[in-house]
Amino acid sequence: MTEKAANALELSDLSVAYRVGGRNRAVLRNLNLAIGQGEAYGLVGESGCGKSTVALSVVRYLPRNGSITGGAISLDGQDVMKLDGEALRRARAESVSMVYQDPGKALNPSLRIGRQLTEIFELGGVMGEAAAERAIAMLNRVRISDPSSVMQRYPHQLSGGMQQRVAIAMALANDPTMLILDEPTTGLDATVEAEVLDLIALLRQELSASILFISHNLAVVSKMCDRVGVLYAGMLVEEGSTQDVFNDPRHPYTVALLRCLPRGGQRKDQGRLDTIPGFLPGIGADIKGCAFADRCALATDRCRSELPPLYDLGGRLSRCHYHEQAQALPRATPSDVAAAPKAKSEPVLHVEGLNKTYASHGHALRAVKDVSVSLRPGETLGLVGESGSGKTTFARLLLGLVPPDDGGSIRLEGKALAPRLESRTDDQIKAMQIVFQNPDSALNRSHSIRHLISRALKRLAGLRGAALQARLDELVRSVRLTDRHLAVKPRQLSGGLKQRVAIARAFAGEPRIVVCDEPTSALDVSVQAAILNLLADLQSKEDVSYIFISHDLGVVRYLSDQIAVLYLGRIMELGPSEAVFSGPHHPYTEALLSAVPKLDQTETARIRLDGEIPSATHPPPGCVFQTRCPRKIGAICETQEPPLAEAEPGHSIRCHIPYAELARLQKPAMQAEPARRSAKGDRSAGLNPPC
Amino acid sequence: MSATDSPAGMPAPDNAGRRGPMAEVFFSLLRSGTFLTGLGIVLFWIACALFGEHFVPYDPLADDIINALAPPSAEHWFGTDQIGRDVFSRVIVGSRDILTVAPLATLLATVAGTALGLFTGYFRGIVDDIISRILEAFMAIPVVIVALLAIVALGTSKTTVIVVIGLSFAPIIARTVRSAVLAERELDYVAAAQLRHESAFHTMFVEILPNVIPPILVETTVRLGYAIFAVATLSFMGFGIQPPSPDWGLSISSNYGMIGGGFWWTVLFDALAIASLVIGVNLAADGVHGAFND
Repeated sequence: MTEKAANALELSDLSVAYRVGGRNRAVLRNLNLAIGQGEAYGLVGESGCGKSTVALSVVRYLPRNGSITGGAISLDGQDVMKLDGEALRRARAESVSMVYQDPGKALNPSLRIGRQLTEIFELGGVMGEAAAERAIAMLNRVRISDPSSVMQRYPHQLSGGMQQRVAIAMALANDPTMLILDEPTTGLDATVEAEVLDLIALLRQELSASILFISHNLAVVSKMCDRVGVLYAGMLVEEGSTQDVFNDPRHPYTVALLRCLPRGGQRKDQGRLDTIPGFLPGIGADIKGCAFADRCALATDRCRSELPPLYDLGGRLSRCHYHEQAQALPRATPSDVAAAPKAKSEPVLHVEGLNKTYASHGHALRAVKDVSVSLRPGETLGLVGESGSGKTTFARLLLGLVPPDDGGSIRLEGKALAPRLESRTDDQIKAMQIVFQNPDSALNRSHSIRHLISRALKRLAGLRGAALQARLDELVRSVRLTDRHLAVKPRQLSGGLKQRVAIARAFAGEPRIVVCDEPTSALDVSVQAAILNLLADLQSKEDVSYIFISHDLGVVRYLSDQIAVLYLGRIMELGPSEAVFSGPHHPYTEALLSAVPKLDQTETARIRLDGEIPSATHPPPGCVFQTRCPRKIGAICETQEPPLAEAEPGHSIRCHIPYAELARLQKPAMQAEPARRSAKGDRSAGLNPPC
Repeated sequence: MSATDSPAGMPAPDNAGRRGPMAEVFFSLLRSGTFLTGLGIVLFWIACALFGEHFVPYDPLADDIINALAPPSAEHWFGTDQIGRDVFSRVIVGSRDILTVAPLATLLATVAGTALGLFTGYFRGIVDDIISRILEAFMAIPVVIVALLAIVALGTSKTTVIVVIGLSFAPIIARTVRSAVLAERELDYVAAAQLRHESAFHTMFVEILPNVIPPILVETTVRLGYAIFAVATLSFMGFGIQPPSPDWGLSISSNYGMIGGGFWWTVLFDALAIASLVIGVNLAADGVHGAFND
């Protein structure tokens, strides 16, 4: 390859269409975008905006019904559109690499890691031992300790984070000029996500590759990228340096997106989240004027008729006629505060010493160990922890979907609940319902929305005929669906609407407690905000209690009054939301909190968790967290399991370190100066140096 | 405002139009050459069974000893058999019995197999273990042996053939349904039904059954091909359809001794008829399978 072009990637007037139902439908519309050498460029937007289509177009890897209908793609000065088969194959092999969202699917499950890695070098003509050596060097480079043993393993024997590191190693094997990361951390736990992001940041210092970073997570993009582009309906609506765009947005869409996120510890009683009304125009929609005009409160007739150009605002661009007023966008949802829950002393739910043991290959797997919590009416208990911490199992035990071990007790409004669902009374059943994570799985795809909700009303509320119809109308309105939605099947609704149906169904029997198992994790931020508002509204209206499971700490904080932090099935910390989040907290909570990328970039000294969550069949002796604990104090942690001791009234921590000492240790971290963390160096201790 | 959702970039095929998934399958079938060819062959034989007797040149049952074993000619297109019956007329009308017996047997197999599959897949555990082992044992016995035993016990009749083939195929369909139900069982809508205290019957037949219809339809069409073959085999062996029916398997059975004497036409056309019907059904089955798995 000759000397480098000025830009690693240049898209000019790129238009892409998908052929659906015999018609070409535009997905990208005259997209202009340039990524400089060595630059990290973030592309954000809601699902359906065309982010992934951009990634696929760059290597001309669109699905069969997709075609590039206009414009040019230039990769390191090379016109991708003009490449013939062989040249295109070479460009894909040598100059561009992609890392996808799900590493489990990107790796071949039936080949060893070593085979998959060496294959890349063999394509480049390096054979045998030499290829193996280079593969090991690549694994070293992505900070995998003991690479030769990893080479011998199959993908399923690696954790999600390790798999993604291997996928990154494969992507970097040919020293590409352009690295495309399409939602590389979306399916991962916060702690693992932090690890992968650290790795990418570190690699950026070592490699010359330019990065196109695609994510729906604004905080992740703000942490990783120099410049960011906001995509809406296949058009770039705003572009500029990361700090400019996120701190001083100049397009109403960016403004609205940023407002949807619960930020800075916002809580449900401090005001509702803002939302974006309406929907993204469907693909191929005929757009006159500004694509966002229908959803924008600032829009005028000019916006609806005249397509705004990308106004150059000095180093940044905005596709808004009124870019200087963008931040004056009025709220779409009034911020009026939901009434604070009335403090009642009688708990609606009291769980004492709940255990669940599974048998796994002859070993006891303690999925939930000695969990005791209680919940008052109108209160939310947030459950947090990495995957495998027992959050979902605990929820299923409460609901009776899984019978707990003998010994524990679940009391609902003072009465003991039978361990099994079948032995519970109809009243007890309807008092506790669930909103599942994935509405596609939770709503029977063969039935209409009307059937789904009426069946719940019939069974749970015991309604028939006209009474059922009246309650159905009321319920449908309360989750802000319309009659129009009743006749259709779930597949005809968007993710957010489906989740509303699931919520309506859970509320059919006027429950006392609703378990929400990651109800917004599959949704876009604007839809998430609407669902969170809805849950908060329903709570204040019906005085219902929630058990809210989420991996998104911002979301948990927004909705929860109490927080339980779980690790390997044990409660590590339990207390009022504010106390748990503001600290002093358990070292595990501290690590979880510091793993979350923050939008305002005021990152404090990071607590890193090394190693992986231990197997629940062989939990570490002593404190289960000792193998990863950054604040381990010594032998006592390895031999003696600390009790869940009350540190302050209502706030318990399972740690040998005294509360006052935790407060002293964590103080500097809590008050540290806002500083952008340097990505270099601080992780390499004890790891193999890069090749 | 649009109620449909277009997921990021990749347009999902089933979201393309406003048609339901079943309509989508239907239109995809209409575009499938395989399915249409198979359907054409099957419809041809159905038409022959229904209306064949009105346009065949001879009465398929009328003997004509003087013209026995005449080779194919302008007068007798497919020749005549050993008692002088017109082979062409017999082949055309001969689909009548097989086209009632085989579909009824398949229907019986589907109904019984679906019920068993739902039951074992839904209850899992010990119920599944016991029933599945019994079904496997049943599948290990050849159809012909079962047929022989049944005929000794019940006497030869079309009903016996339907029951024997239906029950022999039921375990195979049960196995397909069971595996589909096991996958559905894991979905949260089943847990949601339990959280409404729905009965097992409701959960199986109202919640799960509609979602496992596609694999059942595919398996049923495939089974129909085998059922036709099985009916023909049983007739050939004398256990199935009885004379004087012009049934294909029966005709081959009573004439195959003639092949050695060079009277090939008495057997060949019946054999081709069976083959064409089986191929037709299998092509249609392929098309259905393709339409559901696109």
